[in-house]
Amino acid sequence: MKILANGMHYSALNAAVRMAEDDVEIVNCIGQRYIGAGLLRRQIVIHGTPGNALGAYLNGAEVRIDGNVQEATGDTMNAGVIEVHGSAGDATGYAMRGGKIFIEGDVGYRCGIHMKAFRTQKPAIVIGGRAGSFLGEYQAGGTIVVLGEHLNGKPIVGNFCGTGMHGGEIYLRTDELSAALPAQVKAERVEGELSEEVTALIKEWCARFGREEEGYLNCVYYRLTPNADNPYRQMYTPN
Amino acid sequence: MELYIRPDYEVVRNESRCIACRVCERQCANEVHTFDSETGLMRSDESKCVNCHRCVSLCPTHALKIVKTDDTYRENANWEAQTIHEVYRQANTGGVLLSSMGNPKPYPVFWDKLLINASQVTNPPIDPLREPMETKLYLGSRKVKIERGEDGLLKDTLPPQLKLSVPIMFSAMSYGSISYNAHESLARAAEELGTYYNTGEGGLHKDFYKYGKNTIVQVASGRFGVHKEYLEAAAAIEIKMGQGAKPGIGGHLPGAKITEDVSETRMIPKGIDAISPAPHHDIYSIEDLKQLVDSLKEATEYKKPIIVKIAAVHNAAAIASGIARSGADIIAIDGYRGGTGAAPTRIRDNVGIPIEMALAQIDSRLREEGIRDNVSLVVGGSVRSSADVVKAIALGADACYIGTAALLALGCHLCRSCHTGKCNWGIATQRPDLVKRLNPDLGYKRLVNLVSAWKHEIEEMMGGMGINSLEALRGNRLMLRGIGLTDTELKLLGVRYAGESL
Repeated sequence: MKILANGMHYSALNAAVRMAEDDVEIVNCIGQRYIGAGLLRRQIVIHGTPGNALGAYLNGAEVRIDGNVQEATGDTMNAGVIEVHGSAGDATGYAMRGGKIFIEGDVGYRCGIHMKAFRTQKPAIVIGGRAGSFLGEYQAGGTIVVLGEHLNGKPIVGNFCGTGMHGGEIYLRTDELSAALPAQVKAERVEGELSEEVTALIKEWCARFGREEEGYLNCVYYRLTPNADNPYRQMYTPN
Repeated sequence: MELYIRPDYEVVRNESRCIACRVCERQCANEVHTFDSETGLMRSDESKCVNCHRCVSLCPTHALKIVKTDDTYRENANWEAQTIHEVYRQANTGGVLLSSMGNPKPYPVFWDKLLINASQVTNPPIDPLREPMETKLYLGSRKVKIERGEDGLLKDTLPPQLKLSVPIMFSAMSYGSISYNAHESLARAAEELGTYYNTGEGGLHKDFYKYGKNTIVQVASGRFGVHKEYLEAAAAIEIKMGQGAKPGIGGHLPGAKITEDVSETRMIPKGIDAISPAPHHDIYSIEDLKQLVDSLKEATEYKKPIIVKIAAVHNAAAIASGIARSGADIIAIDGYRGGTGAAPTRIRDNVGIPIEMALAQIDSRLREEGIRDNVSLVVGGSVRSSADVVKAIALGADACYIGTAALLALGCHLCRSCHTGKCNWGIATQRPDLVKRLNPDLGYKRLVNLVSAWKHEIEEMMGGMGINSLEALRGNRLMLRGIGLTDTELKLLGVRYAGESL
């Protein structure tokens, strides 16, 4: 089903998406919020620019956007895929608990904050460009990969990466860590063999955005994980 | 025992009564009691005692009592023993002091300085035993445009409402901070009473989805356990912006309480302290809050009321005015005496304002601005009795949240040690051997008893005032008079002094 979105209020647009019986193509999207909120199945293709909280609580649907997305994309997403052929704003994948987000370009601040996982339910975000400050803040699970294309002399990740992290992992494709990491984060240099899981994520990103796998797999990565020697517990004393 | 800190309590054992049955030893998760096989006598290590009264309550021969120690430091009205101990603790460890339950400091309790009216001679009292009393109420936004269909009939444009048979709900206490059995007791009681319990920010255990129509689910900054089914299972969704016990501070769940089940429900690693920060990192304004409200409404197709919960703080009235314009249906306000499973001591004891003041000011502000009907108001943060409920409603609340009182009904003895995870009453713990001490079959009945008793008392007080429905009591501040209050306090509460006639 094709929906001509120009001039439509977001609640009318979302109601139309919910009611649709098959896949949906949204044309002339002009900033409507909450597209696909909580949606279970279905493929949604968006032409134009969706508004904030695209795919919030997404529950299995696949969303493809042929441009940029704004803030809080995939907020508290549970399952499904969001594929962005452009860049994403702040708080992308906030508290994501399942599914995958693939970004061709950059992401803003606080990407992957509060991301969490349990057993087989493991969310992932793969970012083609660079990430802003507070990447993976309070991360409790899941995987974030930053591939660092087109850095133009800027750092691959901003400040305070992984502040409050207590689970999950972040991979940065870089030869050296540019910014200081918080004491609660441990960084290890990975050369050559990446885990199966991360390899698969990078391959999927390459396939979705038409890149050669070779240039992204055989590189130096830094893997960031919570520092088990320095948990938060030591901050408190029972009274 | 920590350096320099002498025990606060003494375990006094009447040796002539003690039969060394070792019940106290088995019941104490703090390991205060031990059996000395050489002498055949029980021994105690007071330094571990938290004064939870488990041993006292279960001693079959009433041989035990816990008394405040009369060992003293040199008397000093400024440096009390507790203050001195806190300094020692921090000098010992370098840590932030962590406490639980509500603010225990001797601040004024304004509920106790308000008196309720009764009718005499004219407008006679109503006998609730013989006459119908309406304690049913609805929570939600009443902001509606009257619209008629083409047939001329009124269209139903009323936003979704919560229906309560009594103006009392169980406030947010997360699975994690309290036990499975405590949650089951609250859920079953809410169902039987025709009211609601609140999951807190820890998600909803899969076994409790069946109580969904009596469940309020919470969405907090950490978004623990939030997903489509969780939102759909609920009767209403509460966005937690703040908590009365720790305004400006987020959740803290000690690692000891994060068991396999809690880890699954919250999707966080086992055994590691879970910290959810105070701010929602996507909310920096009322407009941002509106975005979260709207996204939750979109995800649940506008079928459920959205509650926004804030701590009572200095500018609560202005904040509430913003929330009332954010699309929220209900505002929950939590006073500075509200309980918590763990909070930094300094925050708990020094931040926030009394719920009575916040409520009176918010209700007045919303009325002045003509937006009181946009939202319902629910207040909590130490509502201790049916009289507190009546006073809250007269000050402008639609309903109350009770937390500490509900835990007391389940057996809590207010030892304020929830953060240790070793609750001997099976409430604020995840240790299976302790959790099973709380029988939900009995626990839920005790909660039903408590709220039913309060309901009777509310009806009697209303009847005494000549009022037969909560609607007529809500915001009816002429039914209150202050005692022992200053002019400023009377003005803020919007009540007259005792003895002052119309």
